[in-house]
Amino acid sequence: MVVVSLVVAIILIGLWVGSDSSLLPVQASLNAPLYDQLFRVLYSIGTILFLGVFGVLIYSLIRFRRRAGDVSDGAATEGNLPLEIVWTAIPAVVVLFVGLYSYNIYDRMGGMTSLGDHGGMHSMEAMTAMDQRPAGEVWGGIGTATGLTPATTVDVTAMQFAFIFSYPSSNIISGELHVPVGQPVELHMKANDVIHAFWVPQFRLKQDIIPGQPTVLAFTPTREGTYPIICAELCGPYHGGMRTSVVVHGQDAYEQWLKQNSPDPVAA
Amino acid sequence: MTTLPSISTELQEPSAAVEHEEHGDFRLFGLVLFLVADGMTFAGLFAAYLTFRAVNPLPTGGIYELELLLPTINTVLLVLSSFTFHRSAKLLRAENSSGCRLWLMITVALGVAFLVSQMREYFTLPFGLTSNLYASTFYVLTGFHGLHVSLGVMLMLIVWWQARQGGSITSHQHFGLEAAELYWHFVDGIWVVLFGIIYLL
Amino acid sequence: MTTTTSSPSPGLFDGPEPEDWRRYFGFSLDHKVIGIQYLVTSFFFYLVGGVLAGMIRTELTTPISDFLSREAYNEVLTLHGTIMIFLWIVPVVNGAFGNYLVPFYVGARDMAFPRLNAIAFWLIPPAGVMLITSYFIGGASQSGWTAYPPLSLTTPAAGQLVWIFSVILLGGSSILGGINFIATILKLRRPGLKLMELPMYCWAMLGTSILVVLSTPVLAGTLILLAFDIVAHTGFFNPGQGGNVVVYQHLFWFYSHPAVYIMVLPAFGLVSEILPVHSRKPLFGYTTMVYSILAIVFLGLIVWAHHMFTSGTPPWMRLFFTIATSFIAVPTGIKFFNWLATLWGGRIALNSAMLFACAFIVNFVLGGITGVALAQVPFDIHVHDTYFVVAHFHYIVYGGTVFVIFSSIYHWYPKFTGKMLDERLGLLHFALTFIGFNLCFGPQHWLGINGMPRRVAEYDPQFTLLNQISSVGALLMALSTLPFLYNVIASYFKGKVAGDNPWRALTSEWLTSSPPPVENWHGPAPHVRHPYGYGAEPQP
Ligand code: HEA
Ligand code: HEA
Ligand code: CUA
Ligand SMILES: [Cu+2]
Repeated sequence: MVVVSLVVAIILIGLWVGSDSSLLPVQASLNAPLYDQLFRVLYSIGTILFLGVFGVLIYSLIRFRRRAGDVSDGAATEGNLPLEIVWTAIPAVVVLFVGLYSYNIYDRMGGMTSLGDHGGMHSMEAMTAMDQRPAGEVWGGIGTATGLTPATTVDVTAMQFAFIFSYPSSNIISGELHVPVGQPVELHMKANDVIHAFWVPQFRLKQDIIPGQPTVLAFTPTREGTYPIICAELCGPYHGGMRTSVVVHGQDAYEQWLKQNSPDPVAA
Repeated sequence: MTTLPSISTELQEPSAAVEHEEHGDFRLFGLVLFLVADGMTFAGLFAAYLTFRAVNPLPTGGIYELELLLPTINTVLLVLSSFTFHRSAKLLRAENSSGCRLWLMITVALGVAFLVSQMREYFTLPFGLTSNLYASTFYVLTGFHGLHVSLGVMLMLIVWWQARQGGSITSHQHFGLEAAELYWHFVDGIWVVLFGIIYLL
Repeated sequence: MTTTTSSPSPGLFDGPEPEDWRRYFGFSLDHKVIGIQYLVTSFFFYLVGGVLAGMIRTELTTPISDFLSREAYNEVLTLHGTIMIFLWIVPVVNGAFGNYLVPFYVGARDMAFPRLNAIAFWLIPPAGVMLITSYFIGGASQSGWTAYPPLSLTTPAAGQLVWIFSVILLGGSSILGGINFIATILKLRRPGLKLMELPMYCWAMLGTSILVVLSTPVLAGTLILLAFDIVAHTGFFNPGQGGNVVVYQHLFWFYSHPAVYIMVLPAFGLVSEILPVHSRKPLFGYTTMVYSILAIVFLGLIVWAHHMFTSGTPPWMRLFFTIATSFIAVPTGIKFFNWLATLWGGRIALNSAMLFACAFIVNFVLGGITGVALAQVPFDIHVHDTYFVVAHFHYIVYGGTVFVIFSSIYHWYPKFTGKMLDERLGLLHFALTFIGFNLCFGPQHWLGINGMPRRVAEYDPQFTLLNQISSVGALLMALSTLPFLYNVIASYFKGKVAGDNPWRALTSEWLTSSPPPVENWHGPAPHVRHPYGYGAEPQP
């Protein structure tokens, strides 16, 4: 039938549109492929719904337009309960599916990991030293999906209008974030003045850095290169200029960078 | 579309019965809605206070042990005043205007006593508005409530004056008194919640 | 309950009120005059907000901060958001159309509390003027319309305090209006008129007013705490003094999420009035429409934290708010499908009112779908605070509500003035608005996903082209106001005479002269049992 084939066509178009991920920036972390999977599903569903509504609307406007001089009324249909139940049920099912699916994605990203009790205990102690809140209460964005102890931990301080990265294991202090590829990294973030946010589009990750709330964010970079770090929370006049880069090195290059930048113990 | 087509008459039956309808008095209903809104303001502040307590534990000694005697007396004063107000309103309906005014004045006295005693408490407290989070919330909540009490006392005085003049408040026409009473009970109820949350919890 | 001997509500004429145009400039108690006062005042503020939007878009044509200083950019975007929400959308869809239409729909001669009504209106101009003048005197607030602390505690205090004060005034005005609508709809109904016979706009206003009364006071309380932090140096939201900034966010969004339904539910109601008239069919599924409004009201109160997915809220909370938010799509969907079913099989007159109403359906569905995507935590953590969100809400507030406002003006202008608007100019207005709008906000989806944060005066040069396209779209939207303004003014003087009921509509504002007399009907109030009784007669 015409209707069925139209519906099928719309669904196919939706799936086809959704399968194209050239809309997104490159994938540079373990999160990114998961994110893009969700994106494609949402994009497909969205396209199907939109085309459906749009199609019916345009069809009605053409098919049922009033001809010149016509003063008659349409049919006096006031409702149709079965039909209305159908179009309550369809969105309910879609929405339930989307909710559960995105929960699943979020879990695989590490979002459901309770941050109070994972990760190396040593890093927890390091945190409490600097924080104004009782031990164990760390707010978090996302933990490591793998649950592994992070290879690299970096302390991040956000202030108007810069990020400062310090490497507790080697005393490096840097305005850029350098991380090795393929290993979990854990950021211990705090803000000095107002709220900032740490965002790397290629990692599909964002986390507010809220003064008074030490926050943990973990990720695993998967692709070497230099990506922007963008402050995404309005933090004052130079908010737009508060950006730096994250450099993802190969393992050797990372060691190299560490060695070159470690402060000389004698000179320091 | 220029001519006006006739509209079938069965759809709109004219209604001679309700010619220039005299509508009832919804002012009390409006007041109730206003009190719901006002109550939501308090609810927001209570929620803020409770969250602060739950997630921002203060350093030891940050939450001051409050003297319970004065606030308890305050609670008794206010609860009592609800009853005296009620009595005043009943007397008005029983056409006893002077009795009504007397009990109204007793209510005013209780309200003023509450305010005075609240002031006393403020002056004897070991902390000020900006001492810490707990202190600030304490003052803002009790202060906001105190403003309501003051407004209530003012309303009562106005109503008392009107009843004395006999013009706008009589046994037949007592919206003013009734509104003031409802408002007073509301202020009272808020205090009871506030007392429970701030002093007892 | 009290029984009173005399009518307590002040009559319409307890003072000499000028009968001519002058009453539109005074403290009139007539609901129709107040409605028009709201409409015109808010439209003025729309133009101001639009000029500010123009300044934003001008700044963003280049990737560097050149047109405005960085401070001024933040002031402009804060004023733009605040003015558009609190002085344009909310007062128009509630105050203007609500005051004009609700008394007609309930068969009353005025609102329940006419004097309160006038007071509510007259709070708006001073609040608006204060807000705007703060830009010229000492600088306006710079912390965005959300005024998150600690930023709002550290930016210049004067502008922030003016902002707080005007928003509290505007909130107060909105609460007084809400109380009045609830009382009018529930208590002032013509005897015998049942709730389930009311036109859908009344239901929408009832739902909206419930949200107003329950949520706006919380905003007022929150802003009082913020003001204390600024003036008295308390530390509610100042982490340096042990305060908690996330508490502010919870309280703020407890109001501001319902606020988005305060901006859109009345628009849903207006569309439900317009579509049946011009497609000459009953509104499809009246009962489910009513229940879906109530469901939106309920769900709207429990989803606020979806604005805070990156603020470090606990995982269970994110999960709850994701699911609750997504479910709003269900009652909203019911409304859209019912509207489509209303069109289906009708005799659709595709005039300006209908063009704007149908475009609203298209735009809102797109904005709603991006909304449901935003409700998914893992999706949101990437696009939160980016232009994707800016695109989402402009699709809804502009593509949704503003389109409905224009549609409503085309629909009710003949009633307001007795004159028809010019259809050809209307078509031009529609075409420019629709193209400009999509050109302006469509590309912003891509910008957000690919790395452009919001609230920035400078950006990565790779985004220049799309930003320029977006600015051209804004220019088209600005141009589109010209034919509209000309149409509205010129038609008033030399438009075609409309007659009482040019659309052959059945709701009771059309069953009187255009413009209507002071107490709405010359004779008794009609009892409209079937506001959507089209097609009831046998076909000729
Ligand atoms: C009138 C205003 C309005 C309205 C009605 C909405 C409606 C919705 N909004 Fe939006 N929103 C805003 C105005 C509005 N929003 C504003 C101003 C902001 C930014 C604030 C700021 O930070 O400055 C914002 C931000 C915002 C966010 C936060 C984004 C962020 O900052 O990271 C989220 C997240 O969940 C969200 C979700 C939704 C959802 C799910 C709806 C739903 O109600 C939409 C429901 C509608 C539909 C879904 C379409 C019709 C339905 C169907 C056709 C049925 C089938 C559909 C499905 C099965 C999906 N909105
Ligand atoms: C609620 C309603 C509403 C409406 C109707 C609009 C309408 C418009 N908005 Fe608005 N906007 C918001 C609500 C609204 N906005 C909010 C809440 C924010 C968030 C603020 C914040 O982050 O705190 C925002 C933020 C916002 C931004 C993001 C700023 C940033 O984050 O840095 C942008 C950028 O493009 C923008 C653009 C526009 C444009 C081009 C219009 C256009 O549709 C306007 C079209 C109208 C006109 C142009 C007026 C008529 C023309 C004239 C009077 C002639 C003069 C014109 C020129 C000089 C061009 N808006
Ligand atoms: Cu830091 Cu924006
Ligand atoms: Cu919301």
